[in-house]
Amino acid sequence: MTDAALARPPARPPVREPTAWDQLKVNRNWLGFWFMLPAMAFLVLFLVYPLGKGLWMSFTDARIGREGRFVGLENFEWLIEDSDFVRALVFTIVFTFVASAVKFAIGLYLALLLNNNLPFKAFIRSVVLIPFIVPTVLSAVAFWWIFDTQFSVITWGLVKMGIIDRGSPINWMGDPFLAQCVVIFANIWRGIPFIAITLLAGLQTVSPSLYEAATLDGATKWQNFRYVTYPLLTPIIAVVMTFSVLFTFTDFQLIWAMTRGGPVNATHLMATLSYQRGILGGNLGEGAAIAISMVPFLLAAIMFSWFGLQRRKWQQGENND
Amino acid sequence: MTATAGNDPKTTAALAAIGRSPAKDDHSEGMSYLESLPRKTVTVYIPLFIIVVVLLFPFYWMFITSIKPDQDLLDLHGGNPLWVSEPTFRHFYKLLFESNYPTWLWNTMFVAVCATFLSIVASVLAAYAITRIRYRGAQSVGGLIFLAYLVPPSILFIPLSTIIHVYGLFDTPFALILTYPTILIPFCTWLLMGYFKTIPYELEECALIDGASRWQILVKIIIPLAIPGLISAFIFAFTLCWNEFIYALTFISSNPNKTVPTAIVSEFVDGDVFRWGSLMAGALVGSLPLVILYAFFVEHYVSAMTGAVKE
Repeated sequence: MTDAALARPPARPPVREPTAWDQLKVNRNWLGFWFMLPAMAFLVLFLVYPLGKGLWMSFTDARIGREGRFVGLENFEWLIEDSDFVRALVFTIVFTFVASAVKFAIGLYLALLLNNNLPFKAFIRSVVLIPFIVPTVLSAVAFWWIFDTQFSVITWGLVKMGIIDRGSPINWMGDPFLAQCVVIFANIWRGIPFIAITLLAGLQTVSPSLYEAATLDGATKWQNFRYVTYPLLTPIIAVVMTFSVLFTFTDFQLIWAMTRGGPVNATHLMATLSYQRGILGGNLGEGAAIAISMVPFLLAAIMFSWFGLQRRKWQQGENND
Repeated sequence: MTATAGNDPKTTAALAAIGRSPAKDDHSEGMSYLESLPRKTVTVYIPLFIIVVVLLFPFYWMFITSIKPDQDLLDLHGGNPLWVSEPTFRHFYKLLFESNYPTWLWNTMFVAVCATFLSIVASVLAAYAITRIRYRGAQSVGGLIFLAYLVPPSILFIPLSTIIHVYGLFDTPFALILTYPTILIPFCTWLLMGYFKTIPYELEECALIDGASRWQILVKIIIPLAIPGLISAFIFAFTLCWNEFIYALTFISSNPNKTVPTAIVSEFVDGDVFRWGSLMAGALVGSLPLVILYAFFVEHYVSAMTGAVKE
């Protein structure tokens, strides 16, 4: 039994120089490279490359089934004079601005409400998130039916309340302005839960003792919000609103499922117009140009929130000095 | 013993944290006693109730529509449209046995599971490399991945569609399985980086001293500890896949290859006035898997959503 333990250990092999293979296995940078490889492969092949290609295509007259020729800025010059494009651009900006502002206001309000001491709080919170879980297209279809011109339940409700006359139903989806309002409403409906729940998470990290201290110093509810809650929430608001603006600006599915850009192109966003021209119309170059014209706006939105965050950091730094 | 432990600044901080947390979790504490019930009813309960009703009404309406007989659907003023006197499951029957709906459901599931699985594998590796291997440039790669999250599919679908054609993937599930990870990987990587940062270094150092390779550390130490993070990432990524529309609309053209969201919009909209019942039933059944998944993992879901934002 003891033989095994007493036997001399085998002689150690001499220390050898690290080979190239060892380098590949152990070297920090090479290891990092191997671990990053799958993610990078996906992102380069299906994100960076298409992004570059999209930029290139926007300067060509590519059509489906035909490589394009370089035409310089012709697509963009053409688009600027195209009233449909200008209309889509303006509506996209209005849509993003109105929807984001309302979403933020109601989302923040809902977050503050949920931050109260409530019975069944966890349950209410989970219920509030449901519009966010359900696929956008499917809820958009529900809105389409809710605002159907002939059989709208909203119209029925208004008739019952005596606000409008039964003989003159509201043409929700047929009237350009009303259709725009309806899609904005649907977007707000869908976006509120995300904003409310993320802001609620931010609110829960604010220590209650701050409010107690402020209240002892005589702060009112509004002052509590303005000078305690809001400053502490700024960083998370900046991030949440960046995402919200970004996804509202590039929204596609809601519009496509509800109106397909109609009536008379009134509800086209840039994304839907790009799909209509590029894929359905076959003018890939023009579609790509429309898509690329969204980029400056997106960059502006990102910059805006980035500097919002930076200012926050800078302020904090100044306070610490 | 207690006194010495108390002097240690770290322990003091930990004790303070312990002392603080009950007050934060127990919502009966604080200043809520200052609020009377009538006041709270007006300022909290009524607004909350209104918002929740507005948020949930479309689902109620979807459900009611899907079980209404056709003639009731088109007769708003005959009875109360918010209620059904004779519920019928005809729309569901039609959906499940007389259309391609089960195929679409299966396609959506298949694509979502494959794409999520691929993305999680790639993201775990990438997140581990960025947070723990700390190769040269890891920080900037992390930043670039975050930027990738901000690139919306709406500006990529046109060039991607030509690329998909060139690769010969058009109208196959692989077109979606390979493109969805571009949306999911940045999100999952970012989320998992947050989780991996919370795992103590010491565990890893011990394993390294014991002779474990990086791969063994990842598989045997990091992944088991990051299970909650993986579940969050999985659920959120799965939901995003299920929800995805523009790629599915652009890259898939034939009926049996469609996913639920695209099929609902294109195949059910045939100008038939009686389409609403089956359309709503389709929307309801299409949302159900996600809602069920969500019901079981609410906490993971919320932490995924907020975790991605907090970083």
